[in-house]
Amino acid sequence: MSSKFEVTETLDVKGQSCPMPVVKTKGAIDELAEGEVLEVLATDSGSVSDIAGWADGTDGVELLDQREEADLYKHYVRKTA
Amino acid sequence: MSTDTAGSTDTPDVETLRTRVAELEETVAALETDPDGPKRMTIVATKGSLDMAYPPLILASTAAAFDWDVVVFHTFWGLDILHEEKSKELKLSAVGNPSMSVPNAVAALPGMDAMATRMMRKKIDENGTATVEELIELSLDQGVELQACQMTIELMEYDEEDFYDGVTTGVGAATALNHMADADVQLLV
Repeated sequence: MSSKFEVTETLDVKGQSCPMPVVKTKGAIDELAEGEVLEVLATDSGSVSDIAGWADGTDGVELLDQREEADLYKHYVRKTA
Repeated sequence: MSTDTAGSTDTPDVETLRTRVAELEETVAALETDPDGPKRMTIVATKGSLDMAYPPLILASTAAAFDWDVVVFHTFWGLDILHEEKSKELKLSAVGNPSMSVPNAVAALPGMDAMATRMMRKKIDENGTATVEELIELSLDQGVELQACQMTIELMEYDEEDFYDGVTTGVGAATALNHMADADVQLLV
């Protein structure tokens, strides 16, 4: 996973549970241009596996990083196409 | 495998092998259903209780986030999920549900379904789980095709106007099967 990237947009899905973090991430990524990075802030612990799985199974996105801070899960996804 | 055929007279020449490889590659490509196209999923939703409304809608909206081509065919009680009024009043029953800690004899008492439903709705709200209505709007926004079985519409004496905008009506089993035949994932809920 690369460590140097600039966040273009931040999506806040705190307090929301499956399937919202993935579905809203997809919606937010669609609004970005190629190369831009989306930061997703979630409290759903299932979002770690779900967003990784979604990024793996979806063309045109790349998971850059996932961080856990206290009860907050931060995901970084780049739009690649 | 034995190696004693190396150099023997019946070893195929390079050109024959190339042709054979090309043929096999074509066969493999034909077996993979359009490898560049989106995956397809067909779900048949037959249940209209609050708990059974969730799995098809969650899977459908998530699959749409993967850019899959998704059809949910709603039939019998599953049709109530698409019914604008009824979808907001879906109920849960504690009767015959061993996962709920209420004996059947008690669960069958008047008012128990309403109570079980209230408790479930409270949990859904507290957990930040989306409502059925939200999941329907979300699915439709993402291009999921929500189909309402025409036979059931007539059986239940519903009107086409009773359903959410964007719901596909006038479809039957053949339409569902047609999509299912080419689908990578088929589920009956």
